[in-house]
Amino acid sequence: MSEPLDCPVTDIDPFSDDFLENPFPRLAELRGSGDAFYFREYGVWGVARHDLVDAVLRDHETFSNAAGVGYSNLLKETPWRAPSIILEADPPLHSTTRGVFTRILSPRALRDLRDRFAAEAEALVDSLVQRETFDVVADLAQAYVLKVFPDSLGLPAENRENLLTYGGVTFDSLGPRNARFDEAMDRAARIRPWVEATCARGALTPGGFGAQIYEAADTGTVSDEQAGMLVRSFLTAGVDTTVSALGFAIRRFIEHPDQWAMLRADPTLVRSAFDEVVRIDSPVIGFFRTTTTEARIGSVTVPADAKVMVFFAGANRDPARWDDPDRFDITRRTAGHTGFGAGIHGCAGQMVARAEAEALLTALVHRVGSWEPAGPSTPALNNTLRALASLPVRVHTDDVDRAPVGAARP
Amino acid sequence: MPKITFTDRNNGDLIVDAVSGESVMQAAMLGGVSGIVAECGGSMMCATCHVYVHDDWIGRTGERNEIEEEMLESTAEPAQPNSRLSCQITMSDELDGLIVETPRSQL
Ligand code: FES
Repeated sequence: MSEPLDCPVTDIDPFSDDFLENPFPRLAELRGSGDAFYFREYGVWGVARHDLVDAVLRDHETFSNAAGVGYSNLLKETPWRAPSIILEADPPLHSTTRGVFTRILSPRALRDLRDRFAAEAEALVDSLVQRETFDVVADLAQAYVLKVFPDSLGLPAENRENLLTYGGVTFDSLGPRNARFDEAMDRAARIRPWVEATCARGALTPGGFGAQIYEAADTGTVSDEQAGMLVRSFLTAGVDTTVSALGFAIRRFIEHPDQWAMLRADPTLVRSAFDEVVRIDSPVIGFFRTTTTEARIGSVTVPADAKVMVFFAGANRDPARWDDPDRFDITRRTAGHTGFGAGIHGCAGQMVARAEAEALLTALVHRVGSWEPAGPSTPALNNTLRALASLPVRVHTDDVDRAPVGAARP
Repeated sequence: MPKITFTDRNNGDLIVDAVSGESVMQAAMLGGVSGIVAECGGSMMCATCHVYVHDDWIGRTGERNEIEEEMLESTAEPAQPNSRLSCQITMSDELDGLIVETPRSQL
């Protein structure tokens, strides 16, 4: 593809270790460079300003998902797995599958899950507080999500750590064919039989999200094969992203004890606190869209059939949209952040993630007086997903008595 | 710019400018309407953008879709025949002057 004349051309590599570990300085540079920009090395466009990211995400006819949300064009290349029929599909297929998800994950359905989320969170946090030192990623975030989420889905108790492998593989595979991609393909080959077996009708316990998807197949809304693919989408989307956000949440509170104190004084802030983490730390750096026709992004013209990288993480720190965007403020009005995407492909599981986070943060607020780092945190580098590999902490309960325990407990 | 009036039983009226093509929810967010939470940002997952459309306007704001219908069963304040999810109402010049009421609670 010849380089465009009407927009900045950049040599920034959005898949380099450096970028993936801390994309925010480069994203600021890219936002400042123009409405859209062109990555010379990859031959793709990018957009990182909030208003334009939002506009692209809401124009699903021009900026399509059917060619995949990663770097490669699924309509032209054979992918390592079949495309997701919810994320990597356009209407009308998308509307049908999205409808199945929306029903299963409705606020009413989640209301029934909240008590269970709260009980699991309290039990886990009780045991960790007794230990005093633990790893936030492995012992808190992963342990909690690998318990409550697969339980809700109806998965057997064994081998759940495979979910982390699978999620990591999927998000790495959205990048170009770099070393991370190749390494992910090796892991994909090992895990494929487990994923297939796990998504089968007979593998799921009654009553969970998975079984409800198969009920939709029984009524003819989707085929049996599609039901299996939708269960797979749950496996992919629901684990690593939430683990990542919870890890970042605790790191934020370690760095900002004043915000933790504020949260303890008013635990009703857990909802806005979690969304503020998703805004400022944006677990998903961005997804691609593919133009169906020649398209405009602000002042830039993008040809048809071009890949555009849409930086959720860029939009979420755009000073044109957010006051002091790099400041962590749990009272901020975060509506309009793109941490869960936007438009018809906005994250279907976002209310589950919020319910999980609300339960866990609430349990912590009532038991942890203050946080102390017990070692440096290490990042987990992935082509699409930002996350921590580990975050050792020591928790102090000493001033817990002063917290309004019980008073604000729902 | 079409205008929307948000009436709120506790805090009175707030008039907000909208842009044609955006949703009533988006206009409310940018206009600082406190009675709308819109946790899911318009993905029809949260039902926290619930509004009651004023009788004079109910015929002009379009029909509820099937999923919206189901989501309205999950609202914090009971839904009524004039209830809509504001993220599913698209603003246009024809809706200039639209009046909607925000529920007492969205959560
Ligand atoms: S904003 Fe969530 S349903 Fe309208």
